[in-house]
Amino acid sequence: MEFFLNFIILIFLSFITIAIIKINNLFSLIILTGTYSFLMASLLIVMDAVDVGMTEAAVGAGVSTVLLLSALYLTESKDSNRSNQNAMPIVLCLLVGGLLVYGTLGLPQYGLSDTPVNSYVGALYLERSIPETTIPNVVTSVLASYRGYDTLGEVTVIFTAGIGVLMLLKKFKQD
Amino acid sequence: MINNQIIRILSKILFPFLIIFALYVQFHGDYGPGGGFQAGVVVAAAFVFYALVNGLAKLKEIISEKLLECLVPLGVLIYSGVGVTSWILGGNFLDYSLLDKSDPSHGQHMGVLIIELGVLITVAATMLLIFYSFSGRGRKGDS
Repeated sequence: MEFFLNFIILIFLSFITIAIIKINNLFSLIILTGTYSFLMASLLIVMDAVDVGMTEAAVGAGVSTVLLLSALYLTESKDSNRSNQNAMPIVLCLLVGGLLVYGTLGLPQYGLSDTPVNSYVGALYLERSIPETTIPNVVTSVLASYRGYDTLGEVTVIFTAGIGVLMLLKKFKQD
Repeated sequence: MINNQIIRILSKILFPFLIIFALYVQFHGDYGPGGGFQAGVVVAAAFVFYALVNGLAKLKEIISEKLLECLVPLGVLIYSGVGVTSWILGGNFLDYSLLDKSDPSHGQHMGVLIIELGVLITVAATMLLIFYSFSGRGRKGDS
């Protein structure tokens, strides 16, 4: 079942990617990237990462699509025909893509328990989380309690990003 | 403002459920998937949806830009305030066990809930503020 879902979603993703490359209209491009994000969210939920899937659906497919559309409204959208056909970019893309696929062949199978990722710190968190913090969701206890300092940094990053956008875009009254 | 009946009624029905879902994700974060970041983006998406249907001016009546500008630093303040509190209580920075001296595990739960609230406030307010500053600008020659 999971295999089929993955298969269908990945097929759709590749179709959308090709459409994004081929399409010239900016409006359709934004809608397509939103669809891409939504499919990625479905893929993440199939992989049991529900919280990441939720964020991807709300930010990637929802808010950022709206932001891109409003940016499109603010700027002038002129469709241009891409005339210069060059073989170099596609060769480079295929080469890098091939190398990445070759790299995945060396990875351990998805979800194995005795991989380096799952055996040292990860296993320690799983053992200690409930006796030490009594928080059943280990993701939350790692994020908020063990790595609380990191999460504070993340929130500060979001705060800084908000201020940056505000300084660039807000209309300040000129005295 | 959109006058299409289907969209207007659908948005009225969906909006409370979106907010309830966000609050569930927020306060159930100890037990299920989710937490401040996820709840924050869902809250922001719900309000953006409201603004798309009813217009930005209507949303600004509910949440003014000034209020959002105060909420963005408030979240960071709540988060780091918990850290400083645990400092004052004699422990390390962000050591939640000290928040409830008689029951350290209750202190952990409390600390996580409070900092997640801080995360929610900052994330939701920042997303909305970015949305405001994008869609509040008129096009060249509009006004």
